[in-house]
Amino acid sequence: MCLGIPGEVVEFLPEQPDLAKVDVSGVRRVINVGLLADAPPQPGDWVLIHVGFALSKIDEGEAAAALQFLEGIGQAYADELAALAESQIE
Amino acid sequence: MRFVDEFRDAEKAHALAAKIAALAEPGRRYKIMEVCGGHTHTIYKHGLEDYLPETITLVHGPGCPVCVIPMGRVDDAMHLAAQPDVIMTSFGDMMRVPGSNGSFFDAKARGTDIRMVYSPLDSLKIARANPDRRVVFMAIGFETTAPSTAMTLLRAAAEGLGNFSVFCNHVTIIPAIKAILDSPDLRLDGFIGPGHVSTVIGCRPYEFIARDYGKPVVVAGFEPLDILQSIYMLMLQLAEGRSEVENQYARVVPWHGNLVALRAIGQTMELRPYFEWRGLGFISHSALRIRDRYAAFDAERLFEVPGVRVADPKACQCGEVLKGVLKPWECKVFGTACTPETPIGTCMVSPEGACAAYYNYGRMHRQRVAEAAAAAAAPPAAGNGGLPS
Amino acid sequence: MTGGSEAPGGWIAEALREHAEQDQPDQADLGRPGMTDREQQVLDRIDRARRRRPRVREDRITMSHGAGGKATHTLIEAIFLEAFRNPLLEPLEDAASLALGGSRLALTTDSYVVSPLFFPGGCIGDLAVNGTVNDLAVAGATPRFLSAGFILEEGFPVADLARIAAAIRDAAAAAGVAVVTGDTKVVERGKADGCYINTAGVGVIERDVTLGVARARPGDAILVSGPIGDHGVTIMLARGELDIEADVTSDTAPLAGLAAALLDAVPGVRAMRDATRGGVATILNEIARSAGVGVVVSEDDIPVRPAVRGAAELLGIDPMYVACEGRMVAVVEGGQADAALAALRAHPLGEQAAVIGQVTGESPGVVRLKTAFGGTRIVDLLVGDPLPRIC
Repeated sequence: MCLGIPGEVVEFLPEQPDLAKVDVSGVRRVINVGLLADAPPQPGDWVLIHVGFALSKIDEGEAAAALQFLEGIGQAYADELAALAESQIE
Repeated sequence: MRFVDEFRDAEKAHALAAKIAALAEPGRRYKIMEVCGGHTHTIYKHGLEDYLPETITLVHGPGCPVCVIPMGRVDDAMHLAAQPDVIMTSFGDMMRVPGSNGSFFDAKARGTDIRMVYSPLDSLKIARANPDRRVVFMAIGFETTAPSTAMTLLRAAAEGLGNFSVFCNHVTIIPAIKAILDSPDLRLDGFIGPGHVSTVIGCRPYEFIARDYGKPVVVAGFEPLDILQSIYMLMLQLAEGRSEVENQYARVVPWHGNLVALRAIGQTMELRPYFEWRGLGFISHSALRIRDRYAAFDAERLFEVPGVRVADPKACQCGEVLKGVLKPWECKVFGTACTPETPIGTCMVSPEGACAAYYNYGRMHRQRVAEAAAAAAAPPAAGNGGLPS
Repeated sequence: MTGGSEAPGGWIAEALREHAEQDQPDQADLGRPGMTDREQQVLDRIDRARRRRPRVREDRITMSHGAGGKATHTLIEAIFLEAFRNPLLEPLEDAASLALGGSRLALTTDSYVVSPLFFPGGCIGDLAVNGTVNDLAVAGATPRFLSAGFILEEGFPVADLARIAAAIRDAAAAAGVAVVTGDTKVVERGKADGCYINTAGVGVIERDVTLGVARARPGDAILVSGPIGDHGVTIMLARGELDIEADVTSDTAPLAGLAAALLDAVPGVRAMRDATRGGVATILNEIARSAGVGVVVSEDDIPVRPAVRGAAELLGIDPMYVACEGRMVAVVEGGQADAALAALRAHPLGEQAAVIGQVTGESPGVVRLKTAFGGTRIVDLLVGDPLPRIC
């Protein structure tokens, strides 16, 4: 019940305001964006897709923040490993 | 794939694993429940338990909406499918769930018209294309999926589609979590909160867990790094003596949820006074049914549904697995009489079920931990520090 | 609505009885560290259960029986192998190796029931030639002759049949084979989904080589000749039920040249297999089971086109189980992996070939995948059809 895939909104279907075409890794599908009616996504926005509906807009700022945290951890870790390696050279 | 690949970076996983291990108090054991079936699936698919110290156990909860459907309801669905000129439409996950007399898949082999759909909207399409048949959509899922069913009902009503109805088996997550918390069998330290359910209901509904039960909750995404980061955040809370609700999946989950979705549900559905959950028994106000206003689209009212309560098979211990009391391999019939090919219970049939996940993916993971432990015990290679490779 | 509960059908009680009878007392635990005795006992019990004699439980054929996974294998072993048992059939390779009048021949047959009949990249006619040619090629044979049997549905457009025949003609020419005999039947409207084709193929095994997955040994390398899953995803999308557009085309192609190039370059080829229904995962499992070895592959090393990966993610299916129609999996002696890779890549159909893993002595019968992420999971035989799942 949780399979949600991020996809990029490519275009709206002119005859049907509720429908938009999304692109997932080069694969395109028409989905219903009615659940985002309060703040409709624009072409270029990314949404979470579940059973043919967009459930949520992906907040790129938050995504960047999450990645930054992970980068930070990764770097600190790499530094630690480097320190550990150096300290073994006696 | 954007927003996916970045959260699957192995190096960062090692970093998080180290931080998690550092937070684990020596001599203390931790039990963290991941409620959502999608999380169970990811954990096993990517071998995430290999990254955790032995003192942290991940316990699988009842967040698999297929797994919690009692056999009697499956029989009801099969009965509907067998009605003259009915086309039953269902998600793929439901096709192999066994009722008293086989599954949708078996019924299909016997000639019943059952079709797999990816979206409830596909079911509407089939209804429009087959005006002389009655199309029933088997609606399952938590609050993640209920809005989609709701929107479909609204659309069917707007079009005045006379041959479409929904057999509604949507369930809600909070009562299930509460039932777990109130269960004497289980002592949990924290929760990895459902990811996509939360896009709809937001994070506030979990506040009672932190406030009244003192357990930290971190709402988590579905990529491996999301889950590891969430475990890290939980361990941090535990180490610092906090119990709060945190949102690791903020890129997708809005704190206040999706109001349009909640409105759509509210417009078309209401809570049932009680509903039976496989393994958990009857839970009040834990499931949805279609409102009177949309009765014309309610399969339960359009058709006579037997509604016979069928007890779980005695051998089946799905209930205990769903509550996290038993690990899949602790069930007496796991892997022998009950396999993905011949499932006795729902935990084995659904790809999100703990048993299916463990059987399909995780069966060897302990071995790997053992291998890694053996490798670590051997003289360490320079710079490796004995960490899993 | 009646109240009260009912005991569920006898099928559960029967399943339990069957396993209770066959369960042997637990063996001594092997003393693996890091795992409790009890869990190990359970895993051993499961192992024994999996090795039991196959039995078909269903009383009717279901779609699973045609998916190329567990149910198909069980059906073949329990019904066909049981009935026809003979040493030439038992290896259950893609083609049978025969000695006839001083020559070594390979014989194979396949039926084609694809829907839709025409799809991006080809049509049923291409599959009918290439599928059979490839089964001969991976047996180390030079494909020579095909038969073509047609079962046509009443009402099927003759123009479509002509198109299919033309496709067969062209594919046969490209593969260097001739269609030398055939048959035609017509069935009433509603049967045969337009057109079903069966082809049988004969080839000559000129090399002094014996191939078979049972010959895999620990240390062997496993290669795949190109990106996986193209055909199956193309078909799923071409059915038009899923409303998905993508730039994917079927990979249907004749592999005789590629197979020959490999055999010429590398003396240590143990086996080759045509990756069709059930996908690469099925072949890996067949290697593990036949040879009683473990297989470890690395997710990072398995080539998948981005569009195929995207479509598979969207549908919740695993490309490893999705059919190909122009890819082969090869098992070669470990030291010759580089030579094998070079030989494949030098050929146009093998440009994106890759070494995806190796055969090990640990966990015999089990296929393990090292995820891109670093964890490990098991890749079992497919159960059921790879139905798109929503979660």
